[in-house]
Amino acid sequence: MGRPPADGMRLLHFPARGGNIMDQFVLQLLNGLDKGAAYALIALGLTLVFGTLGVVNFAHGALFMIGAFCAVVFSRLLQLETVTVDPEKLTPWGSPMEIRTPLVQAWLGDFGAFLVEWSVPLSILFAIPVMLFVGIAMERGLIRFFYRRTHAEQILVTFGLAIVLQEIVKANFGANPIPVATPPALSGSADVGTWIGLGSIYYPWWRLIYLGFALVVVGLVISFLRFTTYGMVVRAGMEDRQTVGFLGIDIQRRFTVVFAIAAVVAGVAGVMYTPIVPPNYNIGMDFLVLSFVVVVVGGMGSVSGAVLAGFLLGILQSFAAMNEIKNIIPGIDQVIIYLVAVVVLLTMPRGLLGRKGVMER
Amino acid sequence: MNFDKMNRRIFLRSSVLAGAGLAMPTIFTSRAWSQEFCNAPTGSSVVLGFNVPQTGPYAEEGKDQLKAYQLAVKHLNGEGDAGMLNTFKGSALKGNGILGKKVEYVTGDTQTKSDAARASATRMIERDKAIMVSGGSSSGVAVAVQSLCQDMGVIFMSGLTHSNDTTGKDKKANGFRHFFNAYMSGQAIAPVLADAYGKDRRAYHLTADYTWGWTQEESIKNATEALGWETVAAVRTPLGAADFSQYITPVLNSGADVLILNHYGNDMVNSLRQAVQFGMRDKQANGKNFEIVVPLFSELMAQGAGDAIKGIYGTANWDWQLDNDGTKAFTKSFGEEYGTPPSQAAQTGYVQALLYANACEMAGTFNPEGVVKALEGFEFDGLGNGPTLYRAADHQCFKPVLVVQGKESPRDKYDLLQVVKEVPTDVVTYDPSIFGGELGPVSSKC
Repeated sequence: MGRPPADGMRLLHFPARGGNIMDQFVLQLLNGLDKGAAYALIALGLTLVFGTLGVVNFAHGALFMIGAFCAVVFSRLLQLETVTVDPEKLTPWGSPMEIRTPLVQAWLGDFGAFLVEWSVPLSILFAIPVMLFVGIAMERGLIRFFYRRTHAEQILVTFGLAIVLQEIVKANFGANPIPVATPPALSGSADVGTWIGLGSIYYPWWRLIYLGFALVVVGLVISFLRFTTYGMVVRAGMEDRQTVGFLGIDIQRRFTVVFAIAAVVAGVAGVMYTPIVPPNYNIGMDFLVLSFVVVVVGGMGSVSGAVLAGFLLGILQSFAAMNEIKNIIPGIDQVIIYLVAVVVLLTMPRGLLGRKGVMER
Repeated sequence: MNFDKMNRRIFLRSSVLAGAGLAMPTIFTSRAWSQEFCNAPTGSSVVLGFNVPQTGPYAEEGKDQLKAYQLAVKHLNGEGDAGMLNTFKGSALKGNGILGKKVEYVTGDTQTKSDAARASATRMIERDKAIMVSGGSSSGVAVAVQSLCQDMGVIFMSGLTHSNDTTGKDKKANGFRHFFNAYMSGQAIAPVLADAYGKDRRAYHLTADYTWGWTQEESIKNATEALGWETVAAVRTPLGAADFSQYITPVLNSGADVLILNHYGNDMVNSLRQAVQFGMRDKQANGKNFEIVVPLFSELMAQGAGDAIKGIYGTANWDWQLDNDGTKAFTKSFGEEYGTPPSQAAQTGYVQALLYANACEMAGTFNPEGVVKALEGFEFDGLGNGPTLYRAADHQCFKPVLVVQGKESPRDKYDLLQVVKEVPTDVVTYDPSIFGGELGPVSSKC
């Protein structure tokens, strides 16, 4: 994204003073939906795992982080270079200068350049098998040994796992955020205001795409659970695992698949988030606590509750950051989510769409 | 107590127990009483404590700083190519450790959190017997650890801390800062901004909500308003927020035509990239090109921000591409050791370690009383920043400040910033009383 010429040729104009409160409303609503989309995608997997396996998975944020790093790895693979040393030229510290030649562009020409530019959306194809593998390995290798343990023990072991995964990523990729480029065609802003007849209100294309992507993923997961036989059996297992077992169905295997699906959802959410926030090893932890609040507010084990609460809390958080609100209640933007959680739990102890019996035994 | 039953035996027993109880605290500190000063080295080595963020939003700066400390220890012990020991004018260092004792070090992770930093510094001082603690990479952490070191009787050589408070209202006799501060950034960058963007500008500040952010916001506001700029709003943002969109969108309709990001580390990387994504650098406001300014940034942050940093103005304490002997020597040593050029966090850490060691040599003792006297008013050169003074009144270093700009066409991933101006020391020098605070007495007892 280069600097445009400083000759007054810029196309977009901000209002001179004040601006329209409606513009602010639309922008903050979009910010909230966007934030809510990320919360909903992570909370969706969390609540699915809880509803099926009864496990409180604190490593779920790490799955989001691994997904984000799938995008980093994939874009690095596409930008692999051959390195030759030029003994004639020296670095400022006296070592021979390295000459780097990108391989994919050298082999595939324009198509190679296209692949590099669109590496983020393409890395979803890379992330899905990786996340399936990670999800199954995590469930079979560790989580299954903790099904019958207390929630406190589950939290301790999954939190520990999250720290280990973070440290592995930090050791390999460093602690600094790694910038991942938005495809150039989608790096600008869309005039959302014109679409809805409110004049010019610009919003980044990629954030709109993230919102659309989240809605599609949420729709696919809910459809899978509601409209397929496989999903029906999973739902039956969530209601009464023992009876489903008596019918000769290996419900455990299906729950493992659900865990893998939750991992894939978190992973692709991470992939698509990389152009918005450059990933670092801690990115999953940033979302984890908020996503747990989302799950609790939505109702433990309720998929639609997680989605509803995700969007609701995202929107509230955005509006709370408006200067007009912060001038009345300073610091409200940092506590609004927890305040809402307290109010919801006091008035609706099972959360917005919580089911009877979950976490009550 | 029933005094009716008191007899001589009970009275004596009670007195002995009470006496033992009162004496108990001093038994545990008896070793301290036997020392002339806290953690006086008794063997053939001396321990320094390097307390840097290895996790949290400033982790990358911390890691680079730690590498520099390790390099400094190597050079102090006479290993390697001696780096800036060769160029240090005013040096009493001999390359045989400090006062003939081999330098050893312990490290800690501040996690960019004050409580974690204090805990790790306490461990270094109490368990590892560190005679000096250095580090920071966050002003909140630096102020907290500086105060701890004052209380515990050891010297604190702060690392990357830019808040006016560190050597202002929170200054301590045992604390010394080589890095520049927010006031200096404001004085250095404001005239450059006025030249580049004009004097009729409306600025909107987004500020990290802790001591450094507050003082930088104040300093930049004061400096730009003195030139005729108007401040539309100054909004505080939580440290470590990943998505700043809800703070950025209000800027679009505020009537501002400049966004000033008082963010550092990962926060700055995220907020700058997101501001660019919202099209701020492609737009106009009030008939002028919309501009973004990042008053403090570094090469490491520029790497994280990618293309978004191009053309952005900021200030820096030091840059590896400066053309002086000290910089060249340090860049060569660091580059050969680690394969990358050093960051400004690395340079300030390295220099602080050398300056502490040199002060001990000059004083002929590790006693903080002597070390403080040696550092106060110390003038030196050859450590990368040109002629520098450690001012006695507030323990702040005074040297030229760099105004830098993100390069439009970088040669490689390390060649991201260009030095636009080296602002002379006298322009950024100020009266120490403007920030208040008292150094107080030097503390040397554990």
